[in-house]
Amino acid sequence: MSRHRELGLTDAEYELICEKLDREPNAVELAMFSLLWSEHCAYKHSRKLLRRLPTEGASVVMGPGENAGAVDVGGGRAVAFKVESHNHPSAVEPFQGAATGVGGILRDVFAIGARPIAVLDSLRFGEPASERSRYLLDRAVAGIGHYGNSIGVPTVGGEVYFEGPYEQNCLINAMCVGLAPRERLIRSAAAGPGNVLVLLGASTGRDGIGGASVLASAELDEADESKRPSVQIGDPFEESKLVECCLDLLEDDLLVSLQDLGAAGLTSSAGEMASKGGVGIDIDVARVPLREADMEPFEVMVSESQERMLCVVEPGRLDAVRGRCARWEVRATAIGEVTGSGRLRVLDGAEVVGDVPVAALVDECPLYDLVPAAPTAPLYPTPIRTLTGDDPREALLALLASPNLSSRRPLFQQYDSIVQSRTVRRPEQADAAVLALEGGGAIAMSIDGSGRRVACDPYVGTMAAVFECASNLACVGAEPLGLTNCLNFGNPEKPHIAWQLERAVDGLAEACRALDVPVVGGNVSLYNEGTEGPIYPTPVVGMVGSLPHPERAGRLGFAREGDAIAIAGGFHPSLPGGELAKLRGEPLPDRLPGFDAAKVRAAQEAIRDAVRAGELSSAHDIAEGGFLVAVAESCLAGGVGAALDLGPSDEPWTQLYGEGAGGFVVSGPREALDRFAERVPLDVFGTVGGDALGVAIGDWSFGATLSELREANSALAPLFP
Amino acid sequence: MKFGVVRFPGSCDEVDAQLAASRVGEAVLLWHGDRDLQGVDAVVVPGGFSYGDYLRAGAIARFSPVMESVFEFARDGGPVLGICNGFQVLCEAGLLPGALLPNVGLRFVCRHVDVEVVDADTPFTRACARGDRLTIPVKHTTGRYHPPAEGANVVLRYAPGHNPNGSEQDIAAVSNEAGNVFGLMPHPEHAVDPLTGSTDGLRLFESLAAPVAA
Amino acid sequence: MLIRPKEGILDPQGQTVERALPALGFEGVAGVRVGRLVELEVEDPAQLPAMCEKLLANPLIEDYEIQTDDRPAANGAGA
Repeated sequence: MSRHRELGLTDAEYELICEKLDREPNAVELAMFSLLWSEHCAYKHSRKLLRRLPTEGASVVMGPGENAGAVDVGGGRAVAFKVESHNHPSAVEPFQGAATGVGGILRDVFAIGARPIAVLDSLRFGEPASERSRYLLDRAVAGIGHYGNSIGVPTVGGEVYFEGPYEQNCLINAMCVGLAPRERLIRSAAAGPGNVLVLLGASTGRDGIGGASVLASAELDEADESKRPSVQIGDPFEESKLVECCLDLLEDDLLVSLQDLGAAGLTSSAGEMASKGGVGIDIDVARVPLREADMEPFEVMVSESQERMLCVVEPGRLDAVRGRCARWEVRATAIGEVTGSGRLRVLDGAEVVGDVPVAALVDECPLYDLVPAAPTAPLYPTPIRTLTGDDPREALLALLASPNLSSRRPLFQQYDSIVQSRTVRRPEQADAAVLALEGGGAIAMSIDGSGRRVACDPYVGTMAAVFECASNLACVGAEPLGLTNCLNFGNPEKPHIAWQLERAVDGLAEACRALDVPVVGGNVSLYNEGTEGPIYPTPVVGMVGSLPHPERAGRLGFAREGDAIAIAGGFHPSLPGGELAKLRGEPLPDRLPGFDAAKVRAAQEAIRDAVRAGELSSAHDIAEGGFLVAVAESCLAGGVGAALDLGPSDEPWTQLYGEGAGGFVVSGPREALDRFAERVPLDVFGTVGGDALGVAIGDWSFGATLSELREANSALAPLFP
Repeated sequence: MKFGVVRFPGSCDEVDAQLAASRVGEAVLLWHGDRDLQGVDAVVVPGGFSYGDYLRAGAIARFSPVMESVFEFARDGGPVLGICNGFQVLCEAGLLPGALLPNVGLRFVCRHVDVEVVDADTPFTRACARGDRLTIPVKHTTGRYHPPAEGANVVLRYAPGHNPNGSEQDIAAVSNEAGNVFGLMPHPEHAVDPLTGSTDGLRLFESLAAPVAA
Repeated sequence: MLIRPKEGILDPQGQTVERALPALGFEGVAGVRVGRLVELEVEDPAQLPAMCEKLLANPLIEDYEIQTDDRPAANGAGA
């Protein structure tokens, strides 16, 4: 029988399953193993590596292993957050793929008892010259907006990048942040043999069954293709009722445990609940409310129908739970019970149709060591040259107009960023989103990833991505509390991809240690490659921090004529691997210069304190495009120009457009910056004022009016007619 | 002054409206399944996606038990404020003239717009003067106002260049004949706190809370 | 029930489709309107107009057309 191969299991894995069961698995059991032992569910190639990440910290309330991580923000409150990918489904159907990606990450957050209060998204596509990439971008943004807006959770931040290596494999990573009183947080471990397993929410159909359909006992003809949709359709209305219902149940302590249903549906949820609790679970598929007639037991067990949650309820509380669910118009059905058997048993009425040890299914999937080897030849094509000539003014306008740096306003205007009344800093107002919390104080959040620069140097590039995220938080005055990450890579069985993954994880771990920021959860998406090759290695980092006074949250725009403009922090830029190098069609360098992590951290803390004390008019992290692009962005956000004089320079191109960690463009009264210079390396280079940006450096003197800058920076607008 | 903010399955901005109204009076939530309006002095039908906007925005919510009471309340002259989805519900219910259609641009749009006060003589705009310009955020996909053939009482218009959805005659808000029911697409409840942006929306709530001059 | 935007109501969805078709090589297309289809099984078809007037369509901005067919009710899946 090679059915197992069609389902993605190796011969060795199949033999191991037979050994653990002491017999061959039947169709139901094979379906369950094929999914729980898949890379997506079991993290076969990454689990060992992820153990290198630091996960402890004083603020950590819930670390990796639960549906989401959580940190303490004072006042008895906890903030939950996590990022997840939905890359492959989005390539098939970008609207629903992105929408259900949002739906899924929302469920992970309210599964631990936190009310979702914000969404951020990180998107990567091929260059917009490609019609397919334009289509994916348009539909993904619409899908994220559709789900987040309908369910009433603001989308407050995000990023989008366009690079050739993502043409065949787009990346859609969605992050959710939630808020809860600490004592309302709940874990997913099932407990109490005799307790009832209750399924909440939508009915179960054939969504997502796809590959497992080879197990269908009925003969499939062409007409039946449509009966096995591989695309999951999201229903944010159903989920909005589910959120309120679950939080209501938790508020009154009616649940023993709660788990969301995502990849591999009932199998993984029930399996994980049982595993964490050291118990067994019996599920009767005949009791599961179905959307389609004649579903087979294996289909019920692996369906990925959306908007469903699983909970464990004491028998004496079942009526109260049913009553509460009826009020919220949420379906609630007892479908099984917790047992002491340590086994996951699938019943169809009275008949046992599947019976496996929980440990074998959930915990004993073989884990594989990576076999890394540094690449000996370039893995990625050289970017196509789009900028010719040697004109620094043209370079500035070309950078501002480039897809990676153009204003994202046409995207974020499709997102409700203000519902729930907490948003103090919206997109393009500051480097991070800021939400005020009831009870005082505020939290800040940012999502930052890097692809091309990680391809240049996975270790330094990943460290830099983490530091950039923390710098964004510093610019609004926030101290980082925790980090979530999504690792998007190619095929880890290939040594050069394994090398990228290992170096990136080491960079991530080192950066977290250097910043004292623990990893509280995350996600891995592997096998992102097509016929043209792998994606850039793309770690995406989401960070949450706190600040005491929301009214003092930093802004990125220049605010006052006459303010001095400076670079704060030790800034050591270089051109290779940056946005200008990309426009010039230069090949990727094979490494990036390192940076002094301790010094950058010290600069971040100085910026954070100065922002909190109200000493600065603006603070903006220098990132892609370099110093002059950051100044131009501050001009545009503030609606005012600037006059810069950088003096003599041996390397004006590098000084203006080079990239690297640790530099910030700040503005404020001259005396304030002079005082600030006592605490951080700082060089004053200009003054805020007028309606143009003027630059004098070395022999060069050039500029552009605000309206020229704005016109260049509006290049993405035509993509959303 | 006691405000009642209706809550349907799928409402999103009901708590925001409750928070905003609490700045000028007392504000309670009114469950869609209850006919009891709890003795409120004014009813707010909030923004969001009641019933998922399924079939048509507001088409199902208008038949909720609470809306029967709101209908009677309005018929008896009680002030009713419909915001965004609430405006859609009130049009579907026939408490306001006209209908809301998909935005001309066919996309959800979230941004601040300026509206001008056309009629400062309503319970909702008393604290404003005719011609006043208010900056208030909009966020919707279905906000293009279509007046009936016989016209409608326009209370707010989008300022030139600020019409975000193609509403005919730049109409942003209308009232009924009697003047006690008012609907607008912009979200005044999201313009009440200097921390989160404009405070111009507060004036609409203040208008409602102000004692009526003889 | 086929529900369409009334004549005279701006229909940006219809216009968008009408513009997209020639770009795909389909010439000679005009008058595109995008509406909604509601299918249901009903014991008393005389109720259908009232259902349309009251809930399924908004008579201010939409027209509706009722099509019935007298097959016995199909078995199986309903949403």
